[in-house]
Amino acid sequence: MDFAPSFALIAPELVLGITGLTLVLVAAYGGDKFARLSSIIAAVAFGGAFALVAPAVCAGASGPDTLAFGGLFRADAFAGIAKLMIFAASGATLVIAPRFFEKIGWMKTEFPILILFAALGMSIMVSANDLLTLYMGLELNSLSAYVLAAMLRDDERSAEAGLKYFVLGALASGILLFGMSLIYGFTGTTNFEGIAVAVSGGLNTGMLFGLIFVLAGLAFKISAAPFHMWTPDVYEGAPTPVTMFFASAPKVAAVVLLTRVSMEAFGTQAAAWQQVVIAAALLSIIIGALGAIGQTNIKRLLAYSSINNVGFILIGLAAATASGISALLVYLAIYVVMTIGSFVAVLLMRDADGNQLEGISDLAGLATTRPALAWSLMALMFSLAGIPPLFGFWGKFVVFQAAVQADMLALAAIGIAASVIGAFYYIKIVKVMFFDEAADTIKGEGDRPHWALLLICAAIISPLGYFLTPWLGNLADMAATSLALPA
Amino acid sequence: MTGISGIGIEHYLVVSSILFVLGVLGIFLNRKNIIVILMAIELILLAVNINLVAFSAFLGDLSGQVFAMFVLTVAAGEAAIGLAILVIYFRSRGTIAVDDVTQMKG
Repeated sequence: MDFAPSFALIAPELVLGITGLTLVLVAAYGGDKFARLSSIIAAVAFGGAFALVAPAVCAGASGPDTLAFGGLFRADAFAGIAKLMIFAASGATLVIAPRFFEKIGWMKTEFPILILFAALGMSIMVSANDLLTLYMGLELNSLSAYVLAAMLRDDERSAEAGLKYFVLGALASGILLFGMSLIYGFTGTTNFEGIAVAVSGGLNTGMLFGLIFVLAGLAFKISAAPFHMWTPDVYEGAPTPVTMFFASAPKVAAVVLLTRVSMEAFGTQAAAWQQVVIAAALLSIIIGALGAIGQTNIKRLLAYSSINNVGFILIGLAAATASGISALLVYLAIYVVMTIGSFVAVLLMRDADGNQLEGISDLAGLATTRPALAWSLMALMFSLAGIPPLFGFWGKFVVFQAAVQADMLALAAIGIAASVIGAFYYIKIVKVMFFDEAADTIKGEGDRPHWALLLICAAIISPLGYFLTPWLGNLADMAATSLALPA
Repeated sequence: MTGISGIGIEHYLVVSSILFVLGVLGIFLNRKNIIVILMAIELILLAVNINLVAFSAFLGDLSGQVFAMFVLTVAAGEAAIGLAILVIYFRSRGTIAVDDVTQMKG
């Protein structure tokens, strides 16, 4: 068997894996004095992996040529576009994190290594074409993520976040795995194409149970309601750069994985999972909107905001059409930019001594004391709420358009109504910043990389972002059609 | 595939389902100790392994057993990381009682 074409297809993963393993040696022999250098090397590796994936995405790679290792791995444009988002979000994390950790004297060489391995796991997840690949990628990502959450090991909240994430994440993996074992037993194969053939005649009880377990396990990973309860605690307790990472890259990976399992393996039985996805979408939107209302911590609020956004993303999947998947990818891309921007803004909330602030009350009157931060945050909040002319509106628009095209008027109507409820707490933050008496606690200077990243994100979500829509829409359409949809 | 003693695939499925449910209940009903939660997680993964191996023998297909090997390996890694996180948690809080994991809520 000739493996050369397979190795060519996994080139981006090889870059990440080899860099990660080399840095493990550097960390073992050099210790923490190489922390900064390792971050730079890891960021360069992400750049290289990004460049390796980009041509396949632009060419809309699809078909049997994208299969590697006897059908275990698929490097099509759909996986590629997700990898671009994952590598970009991971690279952004590596740009902002060293400053944060150095300030508290906790910059470890392990940090870039864990980010590399987590991203490698995600990259394998989105390319999975077999239940076994899916599981290995998911676990590589999850195991790295548990450690990342507990990174500040002297901090009680970080340790607790790591513990909660580990227990609930392991439970989710167990549920997912039980579902996969049932699917294997009742279809006789772990390959997605094989499963698609086996279920094309209809689902028996065992397959249905397996499908439901797999959906529940994956819903956990994307923090869709009713499996969202770990999200606020983990997002609050984890160090802010790590929270930013959790809210962006793994979410892309798990959503794309969920889409691939639903559409490729169970595409012919869409009616069986559509109801589940619709229920999870509506619950996430509503719980995300209502849960955020009483929050006083901005990271917790952004956690509920991410639950809310996952609901909208799932509407695109619920449509179960190529245009729905394309809308889902466009929404994901915009969501990643908005999330990174919001968390960088949180990182810029520092008091005079350079300590991080997280209270919403600290934002009071920010428009008079720190106008640049206040205006950027306002743009991000309005964009997350989906208020035109900001770019966040476009994501919601394409998702609802796909739902309407798929004759899901009720779903679209309830979704739009709930997004109005959700707008309340975003607007509350804007009100606190612009109309409340100045608390004047945010005095610290921001770092240049943080400001640069915030301004880039703000520029993309500003109305200027609409110049990207033809290009982004085209890439997303090609990626959606590269997914092997049932005829 | 009923063996000499009359044990078929359904018996394995019943055992693994019972173990799985015990594991899940162990996580949710346990109010005492986080170590018990780690044991419950192992129980879930082993229930899955029974499933995989039983199906593999039943179908005459090796990939289920390969899958079980991978699950065993990952379970070892998972236990190591879980215990490591538990140790740092104990260092900062001085307790591993489930009811005390309440720094953050809402």
